[in-house]
Amino acid sequence: MSRSKNLAVRYLAAAVLFFGVMTLSGLMSAIYYINPDFLFGLLHFSVAKMLHIDTMIIWLLMGFMGAVYWFLPEEFGREPAGIWAAELLFWIFVAAVLVVAAIFVFVQWGPGTETTLWLVQQGRKYVEAPRWAAIGVALVMLVFAWNVVGTAVAARRVTGVMAVMSVNMVPLVLLYLIAFPKIDNMAVDLYWWWWLVHLWVEATWEILIGCIMALAMMKLLGTSRQIVEGWLYIEVAMVLGTGILGLGHHYFWIGTPDYWLGIGGFFSALEPLPLLGMVVHAVYDAGVHRMQTTNRPAFYWTLAEAFGNFLGGGMFGFMITLPQLNLFAHGTQWTVSHGHFAFWGAYACGVLSVCYIALQEQRGLARVNGSGWVWAFVLLNTGLIGMVGSLLVAGMAQAFFERAIGGSTLEAFIAGQENPWFMLGMYSRFGFGLMFGAGYVVLAFNLLGLGRREAAVAMKPLPAE
Amino acid sequence: MQYDDPKFWRAGAISTTVVMAIVLVMLTIDSLGAINPGGSHVPPYEVINRHIDYAHNRKLGRDMPIVGADEPLFGKPVTTAEATGLIERGKLVIQSRACIDCHTFMGNGAYYAPDLTKAWLDPAWNTWMAITGAESKEEAMARFLMTPDQYSTWQRRMPNLNISRDEAVATVAYLKWLSAIDTNGFPIHFGRMKVGE
Repeated sequence: MSRSKNLAVRYLAAAVLFFGVMTLSGLMSAIYYINPDFLFGLLHFSVAKMLHIDTMIIWLLMGFMGAVYWFLPEEFGREPAGIWAAELLFWIFVAAVLVVAAIFVFVQWGPGTETTLWLVQQGRKYVEAPRWAAIGVALVMLVFAWNVVGTAVAARRVTGVMAVMSVNMVPLVLLYLIAFPKIDNMAVDLYWWWWLVHLWVEATWEILIGCIMALAMMKLLGTSRQIVEGWLYIEVAMVLGTGILGLGHHYFWIGTPDYWLGIGGFFSALEPLPLLGMVVHAVYDAGVHRMQTTNRPAFYWTLAEAFGNFLGGGMFGFMITLPQLNLFAHGTQWTVSHGHFAFWGAYACGVLSVCYIALQEQRGLARVNGSGWVWAFVLLNTGLIGMVGSLLVAGMAQAFFERAIGGSTLEAFIAGQENPWFMLGMYSRFGFGLMFGAGYVVLAFNLLGLGRREAAVAMKPLPAE
Repeated sequence: MQYDDPKFWRAGAISTTVVMAIVLVMLTIDSLGAINPGGSHVPPYEVINRHIDYAHNRKLGRDMPIVGADEPLFGKPVTTAEATGLIERGKLVIQSRACIDCHTFMGNGAYYAPDLTKAWLDPAWNTWMAITGAESKEEAMARFLMTPDQYSTWQRRMPNLNISRDEAVATVAYLKWLSAIDTNGFPIHFGRMKVGE
């Protein structure tokens, strides 16, 4: 295998590892809601929460990078430019993530000084990592961009998919720079912070996963490049055409002018369209090719990605971003419900699909199937959908009892959180979280043992007749 | 140009993106003017010297902050430079203690603890003045922030984050300024209805 593909496997392995950390810290976060004394004074909710959401960003990012490093040599017929730098940075990246996780757990917070922001954590959601680590992430992103764009330049040719990916590297790197400044004015801080979170997650990441899924579809089903590239451009036009001003749904209540209510509401309502397009594309291609593939887990995770992205990101997003509903649902577990479904459907399923694609080739498997991946697939997806439903019930209870009836004060917040419907949602979320965790364990074992069991059976001597 | 030619859709993707990006930049320039301190939606930092209230605006159909007569924080008026210093320090405290990873601000955060957008205006502080033995709302807030573990709240407790007196004062100043931002009526019904009524 090429150096790029070896690096890809390392990145995908690290992604699955941090997926486990995310799952574990998510389960811990769920426990605090049903037992508020859990680890009190030792490791508080905020630490588990930081670990949960930050490792989510990291494992998905590593998964994307693994996927790109996997497909790069196939697209260009050569090793990526600067692959040595990417190989070196991989280990630095992993070590830095582990050090930051240790700081979160053992140091947790510091005095109100700039030094704390540089060394301990920055206290901004999703980008809590201290500035020294953020510089490292920016460096990794820069080298990643160099690997993609530099390879296209060196190869003196570029496919449509790689052209989209190359251009997408510019906002991917530039928007991350918003992770650094400390802005005193909360309204301005949140304004730019949403450029980072929304335009990364709902624009550049969507384009990146669109490119990855386009390459995966060609690999899995043999879909023609012309069709895939045409769809990719349509997706780019629709994702950015709706998503750039769809940013407005985050500007309803942060102090910005009220014209954002109309702009954000309108464009957010259109955001499901490109995701519906992906569903149509996936179902049509699967049907045309009679669902024939040599890698069933990768194929099913691709389908899960298309449906999950549309339902979780698109439809749940549509429901919550209408200003009239968002006024009650914003900042409740309703948002959490949407967040879980969207991140899972839009990105996690896609990364898992690429894991199976990469392992099939790395281990030289003619076909990938069996029962292990089916158990993982069912447990993970059922667990996730169960959590989404549970959080939705809890969020609706909050919207009714805390916001609509209660008046959003401290007393109303407590009344909402103690409401039986809310607590039912929290217990149910933990139960489905355990199911999701079991699914992760099965997935990890399935990925580790993929092909090895079959190889062992093949090598076993046949009994004498 | 053929519809089945990817180049047709590539042209559409580029032009759509460019147009939307230009519109976003124009809206950003306008919005930043409104949300800078002293803009149409965000008060200057010296607003911490004034009384702040929250009332329903019939014309706009939503709740809005009302800036009233002089009411200095901790009974001591501050200059513009001092107010700016307090806000700068208060934000540092909020970030260094990762407040947003339990609480929410303007609905953004972790949802485990109450939203702090209008915390300054919360009627609960009247009760907390008695609990902490403080003579003012700001003093009650400062005492709670410094030693939250000494007070019984509800099932979920706030941990002691080693917040010093100066840091607590700056955080209270920040929350007072924050409550005066026009958030288009969020959170709805704030303090106007009581549970059970």
